[in-house]
This record gives sequence, structure tokens and C-alpha cells, in this order.
Amino acid sequence: MSRGRALRHFLGDPSAVAGATILSLFVAGAIFAPLIAPQNPYDLGILSLADSLKPPIWMEGGEAPFLLGTDEQGRDVLSTILYGCRTSLTVAFGVVLVAGTFGMVMGLLAGFYGGFIDAVVMRLADVFYSFSTTLMAILVLGLLKQKGVLVLVLAISLTDWVRYARTLRGAVLAIKEEDYINAARAVGAESHRIILRHVLPNAVPPLLVVAAVDFGVVIMLEATLSFLGVGLPVTEPSLGMMISIGRKYVYAGKWWLIVFPGIALTAIVVGINLVADWLREEINPRIQKAVKGP
Amino acid sequence: MGAYIVRRIGQGLLVLLAVSFICFVIFQYMGDPAWALAGRYATPKQLEMVRQKLGLDKPFYVQYLIFLKNALRGNFGMSFVSRLPAMQVILERLPATLELALMAMLIAVTFGVGLGVLVSVSPHSPVSRLIMAGSLLGISVPTFLTGILLIMIFAVELRLLPPFGRGEVVRLFGNWRTGFLTWNGIKHLILPALTLSTYQLAVLLRLTRAGMMEILGEEYIKTAWAKGLPQRSVLFKHALRNALIPVVTMIGLQFGELIAFSIVTETVFQWPGMGNLLLSAIFESDQPVIVTYITFVSIVILSLNLLVDILYVFINPKIRYV
Repeated sequence: MSRGRALRHFLGDPSAVAGATILSLFVAGAIFAPLIAPQNPYDLGILSLADSLKPPIWMEGGEAPFLLGTDEQGRDVLSTILYGCRTSLTVAFGVVLVAGTFGMVMGLLAGFYGGFIDAVVMRLADVFYSFSTTLMAILVLGLLKQKGVLVLVLAISLTDWVRYARTLRGAVLAIKEEDYINAARAVGAESHRIILRHVLPNAVPPLLVVAAVDFGVVIMLEATLSFLGVGLPVTEPSLGMMISIGRKYVYAGKWWLIVFPGIALTAIVVGINLVADWLREEINPRIQKAVKGP
Repeated sequence: MGAYIVRRIGQGLLVLLAVSFICFVIFQYMGDPAWALAGRYATPKQLEMVRQKLGLDKPFYVQYLIFLKNALRGNFGMSFVSRLPAMQVILERLPATLELALMAMLIAVTFGVGLGVLVSVSPHSPVSRLIMAGSLLGISVPTFLTGILLIMIFAVELRLLPPFGRGEVVRLFGNWRTGFLTWNGIKHLILPALTLSTYQLAVLLRLTRAGMMEILGEEYIKTAWAKGLPQRSVLFKHALRNALIPVVTMIGLQFGELIAFSIVTETVFQWPGMGNLLLSAIFESDQPVIVTYITFVSIVILSLNLLVDILYVFINPKIRYV
């Protein structure tokens, strides 16, 4: 897959472009939150209960500068969403980095050397996979009774690495049989050189798809854990926690406390999933053939 | 096949042993196990008796063996909160969770596979595009949000369906109370079951579509069309049968996910099931209930995985286990 062709395919796929646009908007919003948010929702000095539960600005009772209304403590909903996206994206990047690196190393070792290490990694992968990252994270965090971004990243990565390990192992097993690997061996290249120079670069495309899908899954998982009360502490802005607070006001008709953070959460995940879909089809020529067929 | 099953059961038991060890560590070192067995309101004398009975003065491995022995009898101690045996507390909640999960699976498999086939036949029609957009939302909206939105629409705004609880239940046999037999019980089941099924439905739909589209491009399918076989036969007998293999794998692998999301769904709808119980147990540090839940769920997941592996053989005669 040449870079030029991939770019042309990308630009020719409206949903991939839309996904990437949505995603970059939210990433930019999250990075520049302190500059663009009307309020720092976690600066307790500026919050006033007099501003609590205000509806969005276009409704009766809405007030500037609270564009999307305020929550029970008078926090600006839009600002909290921007700060919440910051946390969500940080956790997702953290997990992709930690779980991705560890999973890649384990997958490479298992696929390339086989034998005992392969057996252990694959058994662990089976067990973790069938117990599901969500279930394990709920149990681990619930029992630890520790909260924070780092704890969350580690608790999710504890089982999440097997996604990467499995994929990379499969790719390595396929690549190992290719002629160019035999050629490298024949000219006397050492194992670590073969892994780094020949195997890894060819195993990257399927890993990218896994990382993209995982990114979206982790964003939903962080929100879910924070919603359940085992994720982030109340001092960290989180979309999941906003919705959990908003849930208390469902019967009071304060819909903006749920709908706006809900839209933000869904939009980020839709964005990354659109990009992941494009990547998957770009990499798997068999599906493309079927799509273009009669 | 026989040897394969025996080996798989052996591996399953090994995993259970590891789970039991983790549970033992939770039990022994996160809270006083004597309290766990005697209950929160035990007298000092009762506590002393339990300590002796547990053999807390004995070496580590002896303590672990005693824990195993008790666990094998389903004895995980008393719940701190209800002061009833933890196993009994969990089993009382089992029917609610099982009915919810079964209903959700039924919805997810029927519509996931059905719509997946539909979409694969004419991938570019407007209906297919609409379904695919829906499935994208399905995998992008977290379960808890789906649940709350359904409550906002159908319970708060339209007042069509109840927002929480299980409604009227009828005692079937023993401790099994079912919500299937009353209209009120079924009305209570609709929203939670839809919530729990959404994500799985979308995943199965996308998987079925991808598998079908790959297979519909194969030569033997072209041959089947060329022979003039009816569409129903080509799609379901020739194509779907092969496309189903990854789908069945996914269903098998998703039981853990289903259990995890049932915790979320039960919390949103205050559904009186095991997941709801687990979350309260976590917040109340009710160690015996947590440990029982983990053990119970592990056994369920491992058995179901084995069952799915055996099912494979019936779907695809090409698979032979050695």
C-alpha cells in the first residue's frame, strides 16, 4: 500500500474524511480547552450556586455565557465537556500506548519464537479475552478502591494488551513464512534484526486497525467506569460522570445535562470508528473486491 | 474430539484454580475473613470460634486448601450486609439476570444476523446504508447512555414503558421468579433488554455483513448462482453457513462482555439482578459476595466457551479437533 494511493483513497471516502474531521475538532477542543472554554469548571472559586441548573442559552431562563446550560453546581456544561474530552482522550492515548507497546512485544515474542512463551501468552490472551476488558476493569477498580487517570490506564491495560498481542502474533506467523524472511535468514541476519527490520514494518497495518478500534472502545469504557463510580474521582472532569450526575435530573426535565455530553462522547467514538472502517477496508483487499463486484 | 474436550476442561479447571487463588487473596487480605464468615454483628466469642475453625494460625498453603474446600461446597461465607450466605444471595438474583441476558441475546442474534445478511445482498441500497449508519451508532454509543436515552424517551417523555425495576414476577419453581408471565413483567423487560442488546446487535451485524460479503465473492457462490439455485438456498445454505463461523466465535467470546454490560444495564434500570448486586457489594466492601460473584461468573464463562467450541463442529464439519 503506497502512501500516495492511501491518501487518494482516504480523500475519496467521504465518511473517512468526516470521521477524521470530527475527531480532529474534538482533539483540538480538548487540547485548547483552557483557552477556549468560557469557564474553568474545576476552579471552585468562580462557581456559584445561583447559576445552577440553567437551561441552554436559546431556551427561556438561559443566560450568557452558559451556551449549553449549567449543572447542579453551576458549572458551565460546554466547558465541562471540553475538559471532560481532555480526560477521555488522555486515558485513551495512555491505554493505546501502554497496552499497545506491551501487547506488541508479547505478540512479537510469541509469534517469532513460539514454544513456551507462545503457549503462555495465548492462554492468557484467551482467558483475558473471554472475561472481557470491561468486566475485569470493573472488578479490579472496584476492589482496588483507588481512583485516578493513571490507575484507570493501568487497570484497562492489564487485560487490553491481549488485543494487540493476538493481532501481531497472527501477522508475524503469516510473515514468517514469506520468502523475504527466509532470504534474510539465508544471508545471516540475526533474529532481532529480522524482527525489527522485516517483520514489524509488515505487521503494522493490521495493528493500526486494532489501535483505532481500541481507542474508541477505551473512550466508551472510561465513560462507563466513571458513570458506575469506579473510574475517575469526582475531582477529574469526565463525560461519564457528567451523565451520571445528569441522570438524577432526568425526571425534572433537565435533558441538557445528558444530551450534550452524550453527543460529545458519541461523536468522538463515531469519528474514530469511521476512520477505523476506512483503514480496515484499505488493508483488506478481499473486502474491497467484494464491494466493487457485481 | 473426546481428548480435546478433556484437555479443554483441564485448562478450564486450571484457570478456575488461578481465579480461586486471587479470590483467596482478596478474601484473606482485604478485610478480616473471620468477620466475613461470622457476619458483621458477631460477638467476640463467635469470632474466636470462627478464627479457630478457619485455622488462621496455620501456614498459608493450609489456609488456601481450607478456602478451596469451602469453595467447592459453595461456602463463601456470609454477606456482610444481608447476613445471609453469599451463595444464596447471588443465586436469588440469578433469574433476573438470566432472563435479561437471554432476551438481549435473542434480540441481538436475530436482528444482528438477519440484518447483516440483508445488508450484504445489496450493500449500496438506501436501506442498507441506513442500517449501516445505525450499526455505526450501535457500536459507538456506550450501553449506559443508550439506557438513559431510552428512559428519557420512552419512560419520561412518552410514558409508554416503566423506567426501572422488574415489575410483577411470578414464582415458577423453588426460588425462580419470572417476569415473562405477566404483561407488567414483560413491559419492564423491554427497555433493559433493548439496551443490553444494542451493542452486541451492531457488532454481530457488522461481522455477518463482512463475512457474507467476503464469501459472496467466492467462486463456489458464483457456481451456485450459475447453477440457477434459488436465492434463499445460495444465501442461507451456501454463504451464511460459512459466514456464521466467525459470528459464532464472536457470540462465544462475548459472554464476558454480555455479563459486564449486564452490570451496567442493571445499574441504569435498577434491575434486581446479579450485576446490580455486585456493584452494591463493591461499594459496601461486601467481600464474600464479590468473591462468590467472581467465582460464579468464571464458571459460567468457561463452560459457555467450551460449549461454543463444541458447537463449531456441528456448524463446520471441516473442523476436526485432535
